[in-house]
Amino acid sequence: MSDTERHTISVLVDNEAGVLARVIGLFSGRGYNIESLTVAEVDARNALSRITVVTVGTPMIIEQIKAQLDRLVPVHKVVDLTNEGAHVERELALVKVKATGNRRVESLRIADIFRARAIDSTGESFVFEISGSTEKLDAFIGLMEPLGLVDVSRTGVAAIARGTEGI
Amino acid sequence: MASREMTGSEIVLKALIDQGVDTVFGYPGGAVLPIYDAIFAQNELRHVLVRQEGGAVHMAEGYARSTGKVGVVLVTSGPGATNAVTGLTDALMDSVPVVCLTGQVPTHLIGNDAFQEADTTGITRPCTKHNYLVKEMDDLPRVMHEAFHVARSGRPGPVVVDLPKDILMGKGAYAGPENFPHRSYRPATKADRDRIAEAVELMAGAKRPLFYVGGGVVNSGPEASKRLTRLVRLTGYPATVTLMGLGAFPASDPQCLGMLGMHGLYEANLAMHDCDVMINVGARFDDRVTGRLADFSPGSKKIHIDIDPSSVNKNVPVDVPLIGDAGEVLGQLLRAWKARDPRPDAAALAKWWKQIDAWRARDCLNFADSETAIKPQRAIKRLYEKTLGRDVYITTEVGQHQMWAAQYFRFEEPNRWMTSGGLGTMGYGLPAAIGVQVAHPGSLVIDIAGEASFLMNIQELSTAVQYNLPVKAFIINNQWMGMVRQWQELLHGGRYSESYTAALPDFVKLAEACQWTGLRATRPDELDDVIDAMIATDGPAIADIVVEKEENCFPMIPSGAAHNEMLLGPDEKAEAPVSEEGMVLV
Repeated sequence: MSDTERHTISVLVDNEAGVLARVIGLFSGRGYNIESLTVAEVDARNALSRITVVTVGTPMIIEQIKAQLDRLVPVHKVVDLTNEGAHVERELALVKVKATGNRRVESLRIADIFRARAIDSTGESFVFEISGSTEKLDAFIGLMEPLGLVDVSRTGVAAIARGTEGI
Repeated sequence: MASREMTGSEIVLKALIDQGVDTVFGYPGGAVLPIYDAIFAQNELRHVLVRQEGGAVHMAEGYARSTGKVGVVLVTSGPGATNAVTGLTDALMDSVPVVCLTGQVPTHLIGNDAFQEADTTGITRPCTKHNYLVKEMDDLPRVMHEAFHVARSGRPGPVVVDLPKDILMGKGAYAGPENFPHRSYRPATKADRDRIAEAVELMAGAKRPLFYVGGGVVNSGPEASKRLTRLVRLTGYPATVTLMGLGAFPASDPQCLGMLGMHGLYEANLAMHDCDVMINVGARFDDRVTGRLADFSPGSKKIHIDIDPSSVNKNVPVDVPLIGDAGEVLGQLLRAWKARDPRPDAAALAKWWKQIDAWRARDCLNFADSETAIKPQRAIKRLYEKTLGRDVYITTEVGQHQMWAAQYFRFEEPNRWMTSGGLGTMGYGLPAAIGVQVAHPGSLVIDIAGEASFLMNIQELSTAVQYNLPVKAFIINNQWMGMVRQWQELLHGGRYSESYTAALPDFVKLAEACQWTGLRATRPDELDDVIDAMIATDGPAIADIVVEKEENCFPMIPSGAAHNEMLLGPDEKAEAPVSEEGMVLV
């Protein structure tokens, strides 16, 4: 559909067994898209985890997704960062490139431009660590492809609102 | 807080009693034996032994919907839990508060494919409002109380508590419900004040208004029905009622247009199509109500009262959402309406009522009666007339008989009508009737059934006998899966594939074998006597009403059609054949 939008939604949940399955089951059961999903405990004292979902849908579907998330019993809060205004999004990737000679030099040069760091190297490979927006990571991985891309591991998007307020 | 150490099973029972539970519908098995041992040692809780766990959940639903209380189910692990799944899904779709306790293998065996092990929380996650697996003794009292809070608060629904056997046999401390305020689940009950004002403005300016009343009013409790009735009468506006809302507004009220939707009344559907302001109170724009979405009530501004924000703007965009409990919000609307004291456009309203009366004059429930065969419509109409003024509760199975019951049986108050609306579960009616009768032992409880649905939970006949429950089953017997047959006739060129039951039990003999009374009517002149005899029977009775085999249920909005394209009777043909888009709809 033409009028779909990409939204980044933060969900604060009780860190209990099955909570991720509830969220994922909601998306698959109702046919919503998940572009990226990350989850980790963010408040050990209160046993709260934060789930960040990037999803695509029409405005009506996005509203549905938020309402459906919000009615899950262990969900404390649902915030649509895309609607709330300015926020920052970061994703981290580990990218393994196998190359020798000129290609090896070229991969290092591109890594430098993208501010990626080599965190492992052998005589014929590097593992780069890169963080940034999803688009930046896509671009970097695209450039590594012809140089000898072997493996990619990405974390998915973590996002937070700008300014002084918490979720 | 805790007076002494108790076993897990004792904690479970104590929590049930503290939650006001008096009856549990269940079936024992290995994993729940400790609870059954604790049940044996007490007299406060009544246990109703069902014949299959699926029956237990429907009984709990019938109990819950006729009382407004939470229905409670107790089943064992593995097959006990999986048999409960249909009932849980049914309760989820129809927002019925049920707590289902399932046994589980001991915690150290979970995940080992142990005997009668199933991943109950995994299986029931999408078909419950919430579920719990209790792995620590300390969590047990909190989880038990939370389960009831979640089941009955907000939009009600089923909650599963999975109880490993070692937890049931272990020892721990009990604490009452007051110790466990919920961490996150506190649904809003009152609507935003500005929105209330907006809604009243919209209502006051309406020229062709319509109340659209759903099951949310019933779920909110009898006070919500009273407030709704006051508001409808105060405004003078017409009201139509959904299948789940029957009884929420009195059927005999001149402002009541009856049920709307696929088999709804002509006047109700056309009023819905033509209204300019719709006031949806606790209904969810189900596809059985809306028909083709693009042409559903195209010219109306829509006000939507719902306790579940996810019901708002799901299928149909609305103009004024009022998120809250139907009863509370109706109270707010009543106060705001009285305070503003509007003068609606009397001339426009008179014109609107004149139009409605013209639609009513079509008398869409009229049917061609017969002197040789019992028409199913006539059977239900006579049942209604002969039980009028009695303390009567009706349950149904699913199919044509269900729609005829919704059309011809008229309800004056809520909680009197129990039917499987959202899920459409054949086999619901008999166990639901048993559950209703448990809660209302002195009342007349009738399952209006079809013979095919009735067979789906036929094993519960002996449950009624065991507990002296004088349930009545009024079987509209046409030997067909009538609604399947009707769709095959109208949509599949009359190819009646597998919808005829060539062998049926003799329901009179079946009744007798199960210690029920068996009655039968095959000719129109036998109908009244059989209804009288059924009502007069002290114990449970089956009335096998052998009806016209090929009667279709009208009015009908063909699938994928709009409200103003309804068929009123067998002589009408759809203007256009059902579209391919319509054919894929169920």
